[in-house]
This record gives sequence, structure tokens and C-alpha cells, in this order.
Amino acid sequence: MATLLIVVPVGLIVVIIIQKGLPAINWQFLSDVPRQGMRAGGIFPAIIGTIYLVTGAIVFALPIGLLAAIYLSEYSKDNPLNRIIKLAIINLAGVPSVVYGLFGLALFVIFFKFGASILSGSLTLGIMILPIVITTSREALESVPQSFREVSLSLGASKWQTIRNIVLPNAIPGILTGTILGLGRAAGETAPILFTVAAFYLPQLPKSIFDQAMALPYHLYVISTQVPNVDEKIRYGTAFVLLALVLFMNLVAIIIRTKFRKKKKW
Amino acid sequence: MVIFDIKNLNIWFDSTQALKNVTMQVLPHEILSIIGPSNSGKTTFLRILNRLNDLNARFKMNGDVWFNGQDIKKVDVELLRRKVGMVFALPLPLPLSIFDNVAYGMKMAGVNSRKRLAQVVENALKQAYLWEEVKDRLGESAFKLSGGQQQRLCIARTLAVEPDVILFDEPCSGLDPISTAKVEDAMVKLKEKYTIVLVTNNVKQAARVGDRTAFFLSGELIELDKTEKIFTVPQDKRTDGYIRGKFG
Repeated sequence: MATLLIVVPVGLIVVIIIQKGLPAINWQFLSDVPRQGMRAGGIFPAIIGTIYLVTGAIVFALPIGLLAAIYLSEYSKDNPLNRIIKLAIINLAGVPSVVYGLFGLALFVIFFKFGASILSGSLTLGIMILPIVITTSREALESVPQSFREVSLSLGASKWQTIRNIVLPNAIPGILTGTILGLGRAAGETAPILFTVAAFYLPQLPKSIFDQAMALPYHLYVISTQVPNVDEKIRYGTAFVLLALVLFMNLVAIIIRTKFRKKKKW
Repeated sequence: MVIFDIKNLNIWFDSTQALKNVTMQVLPHEILSIIGPSNSGKTTFLRILNRLNDLNARFKMNGDVWFNGQDIKKVDVELLRRKVGMVFALPLPLPLSIFDNVAYGMKMAGVNSRKRLAQVVENALKQAYLWEEVKDRLGESAFKLSGGQQQRLCIARTLAVEPDVILFDEPCSGLDPISTAKVEDAMVKLKEKYTIVLVTNNVKQAARVGDRTAFFLSGELIELDKTEKIFTVPQDKRTDGYIRGKFG
């Protein structure tokens, strides 16, 4: 019963968006810039903007997140301070995204003077998904059996050799899964990009990381509430593309996970 | 000459004392068996010798352990572990191919020449009596081998690093009698080249392969003598009781 209560609304949302959005999808919609004050044309700049932002976020969050996870799981001692740090990171994942948006505005846009730009937006999204990347990577590292580490060390390998050759390769599926889930979250969020990067209407593509850009979630917000008389088809088409993008990333994460789980040898 | 010289060794994990004032020696080219009931400190003692207890944050020790005349607290730990190899209780292949499992230690020590590695792997597998069974499938995952083969692979992997001493931690606890016999054969041949310390729950195994046998009880070394003596005229009543199966 409770399951039905959850599944039915979610199913309805997906069905309605597909039903109303799919007819809008054609090559022109995907590859053209918005025209007539966003009442016609396509959403190409928003798609590209979202891809830039997501790529930027991951370039920032993956290395830092992975290094933090390696430190926390392999090097840090089990003391109260480190336990608090781990707990704090898990809790950071639950901070509302608009708070990250304000943080990004204060730090990157104003303090570092990056302005409203792809750089600011990427860094803000990166910080937002950092807790997800750290937590999932840490779990992936810790799920590698302790006995493998002991065997490797007992053969004269150093601690870092053990991490690089034994622990990391066996944790990669989990790390990838977490990263892609983080990406899905970054692609769908409106609030963090609202103040840091998103352009209301910018029909040409960004030329550098210091340019503003359009992004799918914000574009959807704009054409749904800020611009009168936008054709329903365009709104639902945009929602469909966004939904498809996020679901696609989650699907990739699931495929990677099942594929490696089958290959798992212990 | 003495391989390991252990004096007044005390070990704690937090406030629990795991070894109490152990003093003993390990001599070259012998098989030293260590017997005793579970929780008597056998494995803890073994893991002192290659400093694997260091991984446990709750571990504390005092007393002296000398390896070839050097204090093990002061030698480079990676070098020590290369000289003192270990075979674990369960077959624990690394998630790599058969070849890479055996070559792992050498690679980590910085040996990169494929020719040299191939030679090391072949020699080690021959010494562990596994070469004939796996020579045509060295590229396969080590997990495809049977349990007994995996354990001999682990022995080969330890030999490949060219240690002086090999520590066996109940190496046959997961094996059937035939695989056990093969591993025991390998051990007896290996003592010509190496010094072996064998922890075992199987008293008969200690009687079969050990030159000397040590009996541990609740963290104390009760008795250490030639295997024949331990099994025929033990000095301590508790040793006698244990090997006759009265407790444990």
C-alpha cells in the first residue's frame, strides 16, 4: 500500500511528462537556439550549458572528493574528531541546495570576483556534490576486504602501493556509481546555479568559463513562470529532456554497478 | 646463529593482554610449530614477526624482538616483510591473474623486467608444486583455482619475494586432507632453504612436520622443546593435557 502511494505519483509524473513532452522533441528543438522570447525555437544553449556545468562540477569534485575519501578511510585514525568529520560530511549532503547557491554567490561570484560565470556555477555545484562523492567513495574503499590490504603489505608493498594497486582498482565501480549519482543531482538542481551562473536568455553559446550560460533546470523555471504565453509543448519538451538526462545518468550508474558486481571475484 | 630472538615480549590490545612475557628463539632451517587452543596468542605472536599487528590501532607491545641481530622496531618495515613472508589461514589470492599474484611482491619491490618476473614466477610456482597445474593458464583469474591450489598459489606468492623466513598461520584450516598433505610436503621441502614458523590448530600436523614445538596457553609460552619430546615426555601437565585432547 505504502509502496503504491509512492510508485503511483512518480509513475504519473513520468507518464505525463513523456506524454506531453515527447511530441515536442525533434532535431530542431534539440539543436536550435530559443527564438521569439523563448516562445519558439529550441533549447540547445541550455543543454550545452548544463553539460558544461556538470563537467566542471565533476572536474572539481572527483579529485578532491576521492583524495578526501582515501584520507578518511585509509589514513585517518579512528578518534572522536575524525568521527565528527565523517558525520559532518554525511550531513552536508542534506543541506538545502539554495544554501549552496548563496554560499557560491558569496564566495565565488563576489569574493573571488569570478562573477556570474560557468566557473562559479561549476564550483558551486561541485561543492554541493562533494559530500555525495566523498561518502560513496569512502564506502567503496571500505568495502574492499581488509585481508587484501594485509596480504599486499605482508608481501612488502608500501601503504600507498597497496592503496593504488589493490584498494583503488577494486573500489572504482563504487566510486563511479557515486560520482554519476552526484552528477545526476548536479544536472537537475536550479537553486545553486540561480545566483552563480544562469542566464535568463542567452541565445549564443558561452565562449569561456567566465561567461554566463543557460542551463536546463533554470530555463524550465523561466519559461514556466517568468515568460507569458509559452507553448505547453516547449515546457514539457524541456522537462522531458532534463528528466531523460538525469534518468540516463542514473541508469548508467546502475549498469556499471551490476556489471562490476557480477565481475566481483570474492 | 639465531633468526628471531624474542625477549620478555608483552602484547596488549587496549587493556587486554594477549601475550605475557614470552621469551624464545627461532633457529635457522627449522620448522617451529606453535600449538595451543584458540585465543592463546599464537597468531598474535606470528604477526609480531612481520609487524602485521602494527595495522591494529589498539596494539601495544614492550619487550625485544630481534631479527638477524636487528631490532625489528628499527628496521624498514617493508624490507622486514620481504624477508619474513606470510601465508594466511584462508587462501587469499589477490583479485589479479595467477601470474600477477605471484609477481606482485617483486613488482612492488621495483622489479619490472618481464623476463625476470616470468622466471621468478615459474620458480616460485615450481617450489610450491603448482607449476604443472597452472602453466597453461597463468593469465586466468586466481579465483578460478580450487581451494588447495589457491593456498599453494599463496605459498608461491610468498616464495617469489625470496624471503628468509615463512610464517604459516594455520595454512590448512580450510583444506581437505589431500590438499593438506600437499601443503605439508611443500613445507618439509621448503625448510632446506627457509626457516618456517607454523601456527596450527591441528596437533597432529605439528607432530608430523615440526622440528620443535611450542605450546601457548592464554598468552603464555608454557613449553618449547624438540617435537618428539613434547609429544612423548612433556614437562608440563597442561601440555600433556592439551596434546591428549583433554581440553582446547
